[in-house]
Amino acid sequence: MNGKSRLINILLSLAPILLALLFTTLILIAVGAPPWEAYRNILSGAFESPEKIADVVAACVPLILCGVGMSITFTAGQWNVGVEGQIILGAVFATWVARSLPWPQVPVLTLMVLAGMLGGALWGMAAGLLKVYGKVHEIFGGLGLNYVAQGLAIWLIFNPWKPADGATMSGTDPFPDPAWMPRLGNLRVAPLAVILALVAVAMAYFLLRGTRWGLELKALGKSFRSAFMLGVPSTPRLLTAFSVCGALAGLAGAIRCSARYGRMIPEISGGQGYLGLLVALLASYQPQWVPLIALFFAAVGVGSPRLELNMHLDSSLGGVLEASVVLAVMIVGGLRALLARRQARLGAGEAS
Amino acid sequence: MDGGFLIQTLSSLVAAATPVVFASIGETVSEKSGVINLSLDGSIALSAMAGFAVAFTTGSAALGVLAGMAVGALIALVIAFASITLRQEQVAVGFVLTMLCTELADFLGNPFVRKPGPSVPHAPIPYLSDIPVLGPILFDHNLLVYLSMVSVVVAWWWMYKTQPGLKLQGVGERPESAFARGVDVDRLRYVYTVVGGALVGLAGASYSLSIKLGWSHRHTYGIGWIALAIVIFGGWNPWRVAAGSYLFGLLKALGSILQRNPAFANVPTQIFSSAPFALMIFALLLLSSEGVDRLLALLPTRLARRIDRTIRGRSPGGLGRPFVQE
Repeated sequence: MNGKSRLINILLSLAPILLALLFTTLILIAVGAPPWEAYRNILSGAFESPEKIADVVAACVPLILCGVGMSITFTAGQWNVGVEGQIILGAVFATWVARSLPWPQVPVLTLMVLAGMLGGALWGMAAGLLKVYGKVHEIFGGLGLNYVAQGLAIWLIFNPWKPADGATMSGTDPFPDPAWMPRLGNLRVAPLAVILALVAVAMAYFLLRGTRWGLELKALGKSFRSAFMLGVPSTPRLLTAFSVCGALAGLAGAIRCSARYGRMIPEISGGQGYLGLLVALLASYQPQWVPLIALFFAAVGVGSPRLELNMHLDSSLGGVLEASVVLAVMIVGGLRALLARRQARLGAGEAS
Repeated sequence: MDGGFLIQTLSSLVAAATPVVFASIGETVSEKSGVINLSLDGSIALSAMAGFAVAFTTGSAALGVLAGMAVGALIALVIAFASITLRQEQVAVGFVLTMLCTELADFLGNPFVRKPGPSVPHAPIPYLSDIPVLGPILFDHNLLVYLSMVSVVVAWWWMYKTQPGLKLQGVGERPESAFARGVDVDRLRYVYTVVGGALVGLAGASYSLSIKLGWSHRHTYGIGWIALAIVIFGGWNPWRVAAGSYLFGLLKALGSILQRNPAFANVPTQIFSSAPFALMIFALLLLSSEGVDRLLALLPTRLARRIDRTIRGRSPGGLGRPFVQE
């Protein structure tokens, strides 16, 4: 009996992935594309060579940082959807350092990382202040700030930071050499970035599990009112949660412009903030699960441009797959709870 | 500025506000029943794409409009099922659906990008459009524009002047008491969420078939979030929500007039494209902040109470939480 129910449990936890694959398969059939070939293209686009695998690892970094950051704000019951803007501000601050300080590599990179974290933290704090003092729901505050940050980035690129031969959507001039985060040989992955992301996971895990701060965030997330009544200082806790998340997102922004592009581009956030939100939801706000899920998202993200190259399909199929996995997890989870409620009611009916 | 120009500007403003009016009225309907449809931005994108794709393929704008409505209603049905039957968090489901629908619109809409296609034909209302000033502003548009105005009146009349409308308010305000009086809370919530979703679908269809003809990536950029904020701004009352939508349209029109003015030639366009969202934050901040309370306290009490009631609405009491039958 026990073995059987465990098997059922394993099957049920795989069900969302199968459901999501079923959904994308139906979509592919609807547009007349061979589904198997599409999935094969995504997989080979992500894993066919050491270069590609390095790309996947590099793509994990911002997803991990944002996913971990949002695990913290979600724990406090906050929908910090402003991460996109926090990434942008991180990149803006880091770019400022890279462009204005002609120093050697170690101090420049250190300052870029710190400046990025500061920029992200300030933007996160802004969403937090709007929420706590302005009573603007964090979804609207965060989204609004995202669009404002996007406007700011484009303005900077097209005005003060425009290249000598004219501004384009391809961004600023490349950074001076010291501001590039060193890569692993010819591979497009910066070991330092990966280390920073893993440190963030460990720190967030420790902060949420082993500190009073984490416990108080959890209490606020479970029931804001009761936690407040019991004397949890809600305002400073929420503001620090927003700032820590913002700092991690800002770090992601600094890493994206220093390790990936070597300059500032308008699309520097590239939807990583929204994908990170899906990662945090799938990890059910547990930092230790974030890297694994980020790996899945990164593989799909790196692999799906192949659809455009080889099959003339839009690469957004990857996004469809990722979002439908999250939706399927919610639906399957809800169905299981519904069945459990039904069974409990039936059981109660039989007992009486 | 001469009169003709002013009339023309106001007329194009009324037309341009159509999607925002549909979306915010649709959202008001579903939030009144207690269900937040946070997927607006994605719903609008997907229904705009679907509306255009169907109109392009069949050559019929009417079928396109119906397809847009169907897509909006279907997405709302998913939200209703997940949040009412499965009791998942409404905001979470809505946000994930926003992303899913946006990506889906990009993927499925790929073959239709920047293709010319059918649009809803211009149809001035005979006689009414001849009225000086008001005629060209209100009655010289296409059917979708008229329908958006009608939707405001009907939504208000239904909510506040009819028996089923009272039930709708009860279901959203106090689901427990509504249930005690024999109202099937969950069923009504399903109905109104889907009806609201169909209106959101109309918003999408009116984008691609009446305002910004055709389809391209990120076509409906952020308008769903604006509509969601306008519902709060309008205090869940159709008249004020509509007023908010037109006010937003007015500010946007002013923005583009300023942008064309040589005096503002040096102001980067990004300021104008970010401005609506900064404005959104500012409007919400203004409504909820204590600063307004302090200002109102300076006024005579009766006047202050009146202004407070006019500018601020209260959210339905049961908004966002599932109804659990004890």
